[in-house]
Amino acid sequence: MSQIHVSTTINGDEAEFLCDADETLLDVLRDRLGLTGSKEGCGTGDCGACSVTVDGRLVCSCLMLGAEADGREIGTIEGMAKGEELHPLQTKFLEHAALQCGICTPGFLVAAKSLLERNPKPTETEVRYWLAGNLCRCTGYDKIVRAVMDAAKDMRRA
Amino acid sequence: MRFESPQTTKDAAALLAGAKGKGRVLAGGTDLLVQMKSGMVAPDLIVDIKRIPAMKAIKAEKGGMRIGGGVPSAEMSEHAALSKGWPGVVESADLIGSTQIQGRATLAGNLCNASPAADSVPAMVAIGAKARVVGAKKRRDVLVEKIVTGPGKTSLAKDELVESILLPKRPPRSGDAYLRFIPRTEMDIAVAGAAVSLSLDTKGVCTDARVILGAVGPRIIDAKAAAKALIGSKVDKAALKKMEEACSAVARPIDDKRGTKEFRKHVVGVLARRAAQIALKRAKGSK
Ligand SMILES: Cc1cc2nc3c(=O)[nH]c(=O)nc-3n(C[C@H](O)[C@H](O)[C@H](O)COP(=O)(O)OP(=O)(O)OC[C@H]3O[C@@H](n4cnc5c(N)ncnc54)[C@H](O)[C@@H]3O)c2cc1C
Ligand code: FES
Ligand code: FES
Repeated sequence: MSQIHVSTTINGDEAEFLCDADETLLDVLRDRLGLTGSKEGCGTGDCGACSVTVDGRLVCSCLMLGAEADGREIGTIEGMAKGEELHPLQTKFLEHAALQCGICTPGFLVAAKSLLERNPKPTETEVRYWLAGNLCRCTGYDKIVRAVMDAAKDMRRA
Repeated sequence: MRFESPQTTKDAAALLAGAKGKGRVLAGGTDLLVQMKSGMVAPDLIVDIKRIPAMKAIKAEKGGMRIGGGVPSAEMSEHAALSKGWPGVVESADLIGSTQIQGRATLAGNLCNASPAADSVPAMVAIGAKARVVGAKKRRDVLVEKIVTGPGKTSLAKDELVESILLPKRPPRSGDAYLRFIPRTEMDIAVAGAAVSLSLDTKGVCTDARVILGAVGPRIIDAKAAAKALIGSKVDKAALKKMEEACSAVARPIDDKRGTKEFRKHVVGVLARRAAQIALKRAKGSK
């Protein structure tokens, strides 16, 4: 099977890769580009651990083909911190202990960032609905929701 | 497997026509990729339609709105005129999956996947939506209800794909609404769904109505007796009761762990009644 050549932008940097036609973007990110921050929880769109943005829109990278990324702008968890400086959401997740095993965390962070970009002042209900496609087996969600609300508050002040 | 992303719908149709083996259209992939991963389908050719300009546009047309086959539901919810004119259709698409799924899932994909529980299909049928079907040689406009023929089955030929879906101009004083029941509050597939579209005259008497039920039969059900119960009334309590009973009577649901037959028959009537009340309110608020 001949591979497909894809040119794309990932976290602002140009990237090129070869992939198979049936390879998902998640597999490309993890196995070809070494960007293992995006996780595979289910592979069927149910858990959100693989969340990335494509041209600014939040999607599951497990339900997108790598070949579709050609010419698009991809945003992953690796683009969230600026060098050593954590994004306010990351800081708040630590402060609120909004993670235990951590497998869901990159997905929650990418999804929450995309929410706050659209809606800097979400209600708790809005946060819960926006994050309904992100599953966490450990925290019971409460700490995550509080961390997101608190980060939003801080970011509005900044 | 081959992957192609053509620039025009005609080229897409030509690719499908010439496919050796099975060709599949890729819109948002939220059904297709899940099916490929589980081994349910194994296409030889994938045609990504998202580089086709006509597939990516939401455009006003003769008082109606034309939605491209590649437009994700998130874009529909963000479109003010669409939400204002066809709130029932937009709220049905907004129920599909999570935020992530809505970033990709399309109306055309929801339709062509042909699941009996597809949320947007009853809502589209209720307002008389038309699909623009493009093949290698010809183009046709067909009512959305003609596309799905049974679970997982459509009337599309091998070379045909849906380029766009037209939500036609609404008559004055019209409203539509869609409601579904799921055992959770988010991220689940409908146990029953009901879409209602109705129009009023200047005195508030219902002149036209459609009641379409989802997930309570192998295909959507056009509950004609239920619609008839509304027409000629002011959509008052008595008319609503009659329409609710007509919905329960016509439903042909399955029995499974997510809902018994009796429950589904009952709840589809309740949903239709409540949807009619919302549609009525919207019709009174519209010009
Ligand atoms: C986690 C999750 C939750 C979900 N929740 C819901 C829900 O609540 N309600 C619901 O109704 N659905 C739900 N779905 C199913 C799915 O998201 C929807 O059916 C969606 O609308 C499919 O659209 P798509 O663009 O992703 O289709 P695709 O997966 O791209 O395509 C679906 C099928 O239609 C064909 N097709 C697509 N576009 C065209 C076209 N233009 N012309 C001809 N054929 C075409 C494809 O070849 C394929 O067979 C869910 C899916 C997931 C993964
Ligand atoms: S791995 Fe993509 S949603 Fe679970
Ligand atoms: S922290 Fe373990 S799944 Fe969320």
